[in-house]
Amino acid sequence: MSANTAVVERYRNSFLKEVEANVEEGQWVKMCMQCGVCSGSCPLGPAWDHPPQEIFMMIRAGKRDEVLTSSSMWMCTSCYNCIVRCPRELPITHIMHGLANYAHRLGIAPKNQPTRKFAKLFWDNLSKKGRVNELKLGIALYFMNGLVSGIKTALKMAPLGINMVKTKRMSPMEYFGGHGIKDTKGLHAILKKAREIEAAKMQKF
Amino acid sequence: MAEIVATNQTILVVGGGISGMTAALEAAECGKQVILVEKNPTVGGRVSQLYRYFPKLCHPTCGMEINLKRLRANKNVRLMTMTEVTGVSGDAGNYSVSLKINPRFVNENCTTCGACGEAVDVQFDDEHNYGLGQRKGAYLPHAMAYPQRYVIDPRIIGTADADKAKSACPVNAIDLNMKGESAKLTVGAIIWATGWRPFDANKIQPYGYDRIANVITSVEFERLADPHGPTGGKILRPSDNKEAKNIAFIQCAGSRDRNYLKHCSRICCMASLKQSTYVREKFGDEGKASIYYIDIRAIDRIDDFHQMVKNDPNVTFVKSKVARIDEDKSTGNPVLHGVNTEGYQRYANPHDLVVLAVGMEPSVPVGDFPIKVTVNEHGFIEQDESNGAIFAAGCSSDALDVNRAVQSATASALRAIQVVNRAAGMEG
Ligand SMILES: Cc1cc2nc3c(=O)[nH]c(=O)nc-3n(C[C@H](O)[C@H](O)[C@H](O)COP(=O)(O)OP(=O)(O)OC[C@H]3O[C@@H](n4cnc5c(N)ncnc54)[C@H](O)[C@@H]3O)c2cc1C
Ligand code: SF4
Ligand code: SF4
Repeated sequence: MSANTAVVERYRNSFLKEVEANVEEGQWVKMCMQCGVCSGSCPLGPAWDHPPQEIFMMIRAGKRDEVLTSSSMWMCTSCYNCIVRCPRELPITHIMHGLANYAHRLGIAPKNQPTRKFAKLFWDNLSKKGRVNELKLGIALYFMNGLVSGIKTALKMAPLGINMVKTKRMSPMEYFGGHGIKDTKGLHAILKKAREIEAAKMQKF
Repeated sequence: MAEIVATNQTILVVGGGISGMTAALEAAECGKQVILVEKNPTVGGRVSQLYRYFPKLCHPTCGMEINLKRLRANKNVRLMTMTEVTGVSGDAGNYSVSLKINPRFVNENCTTCGACGEAVDVQFDDEHNYGLGQRKGAYLPHAMAYPQRYVIDPRIIGTADADKAKSACPVNAIDLNMKGESAKLTVGAIIWATGWRPFDANKIQPYGYDRIANVITSVEFERLADPHGPTGGKILRPSDNKEAKNIAFIQCAGSRDRNYLKHCSRICCMASLKQSTYVREKFGDEGKASIYYIDIRAIDRIDDFHQMVKNDPNVTFVKSKVARIDEDKSTGNPVLHGVNTEGYQRYANPHDLVVLAVGMEPSVPVGDFPIKVTVNEHGFIEQDESNGAIFAAGCSSDALDVNRAVQSATASALRAIQVVNRAAGMEG
């Protein structure tokens, strides 16, 4: 790489185009007028490193790594406050989830971000048999932050679990296999195909 | 039916604000016959509700005074107040118009001595002050009103107050039996100058205009600053009548927002910059103004005014669309929440008073026109062939300041003159 191309690379700004092509609702990012009302409206705002409007500016400024490795968009709780107030009607909530999903697919999302961890647990649990196995999901959740805190939480929640079993809201047998849909093979084939279609749509930048 | 002389060489002007008056006078001074119709008891429109005009900061009296002088001097204009257009049919050069004339219950004998106003007890919200104060059931709309003649509010007709007013009048000017009238006339061209109205701030839910006493609109703020206004020109906040020295202005309140008005109302940046000078005028170094904005749109030569205000150390500019306002119950202070986009700091700023720089929308909604007119997506009348000889002047054509409204009025007068000239076969 010549010194010249290196400079060009450094200033290359294709990230906005990449977001438009590969991120759900990404084509809206350029419509943001930087008024700040979304950032000011987010009830979790103080917990974000970069509130939505800053994320949109960073995308336009080509700050690819900073955006995609950020934990910010994982903070979105889908309260929709920002969408309701955005004067340009950007689907901000959906863009946040789109960015999070994209970062995850690229494998650069922050590994220990709790929302990401939970989303992954939930998806793995659901996609296995086509039904959510609440017992396994619950237990996996208790142990999400390690063995010790997992045991503590499990003990604390035990009476609730026992009551649920007593009232037939949950079966301990779920732990061994658990219920599912009839055609799990078919489901897996559908999901595989969907992934292929999505992968084919992904554009390189 | 009232007798009004008009022909297809007459120009009808609807709306007697600064634009309608200008259009009527320009045409009349070219020798054309003009009928100027105004629905209120006085001409002047919303300009007469301002404390000062930007950019020169003179009082509206100076602009109005000269127009009233021209109006009084010109025999070609027939002014009809308290009159509305109820129907229009026909084509360019030949329109048939129906009017409804509401009774004033006071005739030309009135000397504006005010005896009737003193005699009457009942009070109503004062429209001139956007309901911030009250006025009597017999009243002069405001000091500059033209014609200078009292009005009896129709709501007191049939009550003891009406009789009190009548017997108090020393010149027998009050006629409680005056009836509403209708009239039909033929005109060649119509200039539509019905102006604008402030966007309804109640619709902007997060700003709490309907819930928080000390959140007001920019049009109300003009009235607070005006010595003829409800507080005698003192900037007192509604909750406790305390002087409001630390005032926030929120720009684009309802404008540039797909949830409300899509367009930029164009004058509200300048209006807030101007109003920040009121704060400094009234309170000197103790007066503080904070302007929360997306971007300041003070266009071309008017940007000098923006720069002047920017140089004032007591005026703070915060680049942020405020997310929401709540109220500190113990002090009555509105607290503004949002993020300053220059640096991304979160704020929760208390102020004594918040002024919403509300947007302008056309005063006549599309469906309410007496004849089909082509409007743009914001409801302002287009310059369009399909409109025949109906021409918009001033804020019925767009959100405009006075300077541009008057230019637009002159242009529409010229267009109307061409039509009536053609009707007269005078075109060379
Ligand atoms: C807060 C604020 C501050 C402002 N300050 C300034 C300033 O400092 N300088 C400046 O240049 N501009 C200022 N403006 C803008 C200014 O108010 C307008 O440019 C001006 O009012 C336009 O005049 P107009 O005649 O077009 O409309 P209007 O003033 O609205 O007049 C319309 C007239 O038509 C009448 N009418 C309405 N409907 C009918 C009907 N159906 N039949 C008959 N009559 C009807 C109304 O009663 C009224 O008299 C300000 C605006 C705002 C909101
Ligand atoms: S509210 Fe909409 S326009 Fe404003 S900064 Fe957020 S995304 Fe951009
Ligand atoms: S003039 Fe200023 S405050 Fe008014 S809508 Fe336009 S940008 Fe907003």
